[in-house]
Amino acid sequence: MTIASEQIATPAAERRFSPEWLGQGFSKVLLHVVVIGITLIWIIPTLGLFVSSFRPLDQFTASGWWTALVPPFKFTLDNYTGVLDASNLGQSFFNSFMITIPATVIPVTIAAFAAYAFSWMKFWGRDFFFLALVGLLAVPLQGTFVPILKLFVQLGLTADKVGFVGLWLVHTGYGLPFAIYLLANFFRALPTDLFESAEIDGAGTLTVFFRIVLPLSVPAIASLVIFQFLWIWNDYLVALIYVGSTAEVAPLTVTLANLVGSKGQDYQLLTAAAFFSMVVPLIVFFSLQRYFVRGILAGSVKG
Amino acid sequence: MDFSQLLADVPTLVAVIVGVPVVLAAYIIGGEYLVRLLPDKARPSVRPWIWVGPALAFVGVFLVYPVFGTAYRSLFDLSGDNFVGLSNYANQLSGFPAGGAWIAIRNNLYWLAFFTILVLLFGLLFAVLTDRVPYESPIKSLIFMPMAISFVAIALIWKFMYSYQPPGEPQTGTVNAILAVFHQDPRIWVQDPNLANQALIVAAVWGFVGFAMVILSAALKGIPGDLLEAARVDGAGELTIFRRIIFPLMMPTIVVVGTTLVIFALKAFDIVYVMTNGNYDTDVLANRMYKLLNAAQDYGNASAVAIILVAAVIPVLIFNLRQFRAVEARR
Amino acid sequence: MIGRKFASLVGLAMAAVLVLVGCGTSSTAGKGTVHILAVWSGAEQDSFKAVIAPFEASTGIKVQYESTRDVDALLQTRLAAGNPPEIASLPSPSTLTKLAGQGKLVQLDNGILDMTTFNAQYAPGWIDLGKVNGKLYEIFAWAAVKGLVWYNPTKFTAKGYQVPTNWQDLMTLSSTIKSGGTTPWCIAVENGAASGWAGSDWVKEIVLSQAGPDVYNSWWQGKTKWTDPAIKAAWQTWGTVLGPNNSNVYGGKNYILSTSFANGGDPMFKNPPKCYMHNQASFITDNFVKQDKAVPGTDFKFFPLPDVNAQYAGAHVGAGDAFSMLKDTPQARQLIKYLTTPDAQAIWVKRGGKLSPNKTFDLANYPDDITKQVAQVMTGAKIFAFDAGDLMPTTMRDAYWAAVLSFVADQSKLDSILAHLDSVQATAYK
Repeated sequence: MTIASEQIATPAAERRFSPEWLGQGFSKVLLHVVVIGITLIWIIPTLGLFVSSFRPLDQFTASGWWTALVPPFKFTLDNYTGVLDASNLGQSFFNSFMITIPATVIPVTIAAFAAYAFSWMKFWGRDFFFLALVGLLAVPLQGTFVPILKLFVQLGLTADKVGFVGLWLVHTGYGLPFAIYLLANFFRALPTDLFESAEIDGAGTLTVFFRIVLPLSVPAIASLVIFQFLWIWNDYLVALIYVGSTAEVAPLTVTLANLVGSKGQDYQLLTAAAFFSMVVPLIVFFSLQRYFVRGILAGSVKG
Repeated sequence: MDFSQLLADVPTLVAVIVGVPVVLAAYIIGGEYLVRLLPDKARPSVRPWIWVGPALAFVGVFLVYPVFGTAYRSLFDLSGDNFVGLSNYANQLSGFPAGGAWIAIRNNLYWLAFFTILVLLFGLLFAVLTDRVPYESPIKSLIFMPMAISFVAIALIWKFMYSYQPPGEPQTGTVNAILAVFHQDPRIWVQDPNLANQALIVAAVWGFVGFAMVILSAALKGIPGDLLEAARVDGAGELTIFRRIIFPLMMPTIVVVGTTLVIFALKAFDIVYVMTNGNYDTDVLANRMYKLLNAAQDYGNASAVAIILVAAVIPVLIFNLRQFRAVEARR
Repeated sequence: MIGRKFASLVGLAMAAVLVLVGCGTSSTAGKGTVHILAVWSGAEQDSFKAVIAPFEASTGIKVQYESTRDVDALLQTRLAAGNPPEIASLPSPSTLTKLAGQGKLVQLDNGILDMTTFNAQYAPGWIDLGKVNGKLYEIFAWAAVKGLVWYNPTKFTAKGYQVPTNWQDLMTLSSTIKSGGTTPWCIAVENGAASGWAGSDWVKEIVLSQAGPDVYNSWWQGKTKWTDPAIKAAWQTWGTVLGPNNSNVYGGKNYILSTSFANGGDPMFKNPPKCYMHNQASFITDNFVKQDKAVPGTDFKFFPLPDVNAQYAGAHVGAGDAFSMLKDTPQARQLIKYLTTPDAQAIWVKRGGKLSPNKTFDLANYPDDITKQVAQVMTGAKIFAFDAGDLMPTTMRDAYWAAVLSFVADQSKLDSILAHLDSVQATAYK
């Protein structure tokens, strides 16, 4: 750290009007312009949906959503009240949590265990199993429904007998390949000297895992939790197949999809429904943002 | 909204949130305890199996078993009674270039190339750029938002975006409205076989960049800050830092994200199904399989398509193996 | 390190999780349950629930209703896995017919339904539709009529247009409107995965009234080829309606292909109107009211699509909701019997959007004049045929819809389109 502090000792006044600083200033402005510019373009589709969700149905095909931003304003909350009036909204909201939380926790945990073994333990067939795992990412889910559902029916793992347990198990199976692939990549990137010094200090496998590997991999685990959570939260088909869509077990996705009639009637409710459903994954995303910080690794070996 | 039932069920949810991690922690701790009971020499050979055991079990039941079932089923005809060997595969792979599954295969290759590259490019761009601005969190949340939206809503968003009104009428679709600003005639996007694939891929890319950005950002955060500071202090420009330090250090993660994207491109289904169901020359393998499965109830051919899809991943696996070995060698 | 305390805590946690999860699920108390799977969601779901409510109240049986747009796929999967719902309603009877052929459905006319009442209340056409090999497997609870040409009477009178009563007059009216400077027709076929069905309605209506019911029936049964002159002529007739390069239709090919069927009639209500006629089934009135703020009777009325061939006058295409039983349970028996009664059907009809195929149904139940007139079209039709697309095997129907899209995109490709349909037909009916 001594080299850096020497550099900082350069008098501030001297640096202010140097060509380097001006150049830096310009590229700073450029950076901000580019970032904000691309972001604005990026959010146009979402903004379109958001504005549309406050428009009445007859306006949808009459004029583009941007016209709603200038007078006369024809805003309405009907779409949102339509969503909130949906029968079974409360129950399905709860069901979504009941499905998503365990179906996120279980695969992330099991994947962490397995990823640790794949990255830092040697065992017979390790490379083969790992590649097979990556290959299994390609399995199209529709092909698995009938054999697994048959198995569930035979074992009595249907919704009316054990509730959501079958769904948790299935989501774990489906989510593990990606989870292990991602975590193994991050675990493997940890410096070897970390483990060597731990071994010298006499730390056992569990200590290394819980005290060193996990804390240092927090951004990776946070990413995984975000994705697993939102994939399951937004899942429609898998829940439909394994637990059905009766009022007691339907998740939010099914209830919101059923706001629209079989011929697409009342599709304007979907605009509001999309944002209603988006709130929870976004909250999860926000709350995990603080784990995306740099510098956890720095100094960890010397310290 | 009925709150009374909600309140009654909350204890269940809490029990599950608490109970499940406890059970899993108990498993691994208990497992380690059992390993401790073994002699020193035996421990390293038994221990890994405790750690990978549950994962292998789950994957074995929920993915491997159906895949073998599917492979087996693909050797029979649609009724399931007659063994037909590889004729289902011949069926799907015949009639090159426009027959059988070849249009779907061609489209999947488009997806593979454009979807993967565009998502990686934008994901990397956003990850690197937002790292350097103080308002990183809100920007990342905005870019991430499309990922939080379900596929049905994404299809709806892009239906609005691509909406068409005849020339001369006020446009209702964003893209055509922008064209109108430049005095261009409006056009149809998804229903035009020349543009349909691109239109769908754009929608999918838009929805997926958040995924790449989040993971690449996590990898970026893993690069020690002092490394970057030292380089800056030494006078290296941003582009050089990116080329010489950031990009090489992020390479393993880029491979992971790239592989995942390639596989998603091969498996692309939801966007295609909801917006065109394969019409206008947009058919993809997963959609073809869905139609064979549900419309034709031809399990034999559907299984063949599924196996073709899984087999198409093999080159990707070989690439991964090479990367893997390279990283191992460097250790 | 691992104390007995910890172990017992874990054991307790595991037990708690399993017990609470198990208790969280509903127990079936009372007179039993029946599961029913259908496609109705949104407002239709509310209507169906209203139909079921008196049944649940009077019998004490709990009806578990499930709905999804992918009802075919879901039903097949559950059937293959061994846990189908007891009753299913599919928009396409062809799937149910196929299942009946595979022995997966419960026969309804040997003990479950009172056939004397049933035969008295339903026209033979509706009953035969539900029969496979002479045995009854499907019943139809609600119906709809297609081939209704919607128009704006105010705009018609303003221009002095007369409602046509035969095909020739319709074509003349079409050219009159065209020479007046507006496209006469509004057509829109987009519907996501199901795009094209709105155009297929046109073609099947023309097949029925141009070639007759015999050709129509052998066509959907797969016995008449698509390249048969009679079928080709129907497509060509539609081509004359569309005009060369779809010039008789508002917005041409681009608008037809990219606009949702639900918005198909919107241009009719603009000022000045962009088109004057829109051929669509009865449910479109809901869209007229909600989207275009149109008033029934003043802003929109209908006339039945005239028959191309005077020989087949009074021909109409319709559709209906078919119900079948997949598992024979006492509760399912009661429910399916209930659904055939005019009282049950009246509940939904009063809420709008459906007609009843029951002969004894009281016309006064229809909520407004327009619906009553539509019902009269149905009951008064000399030749009433069920939607051919819904009777074809799913792959054939999907190819039919896709053919509509190709035809609109380029009418000159008709021959190759029909040849392709023939090749699908060759394998679809197995």
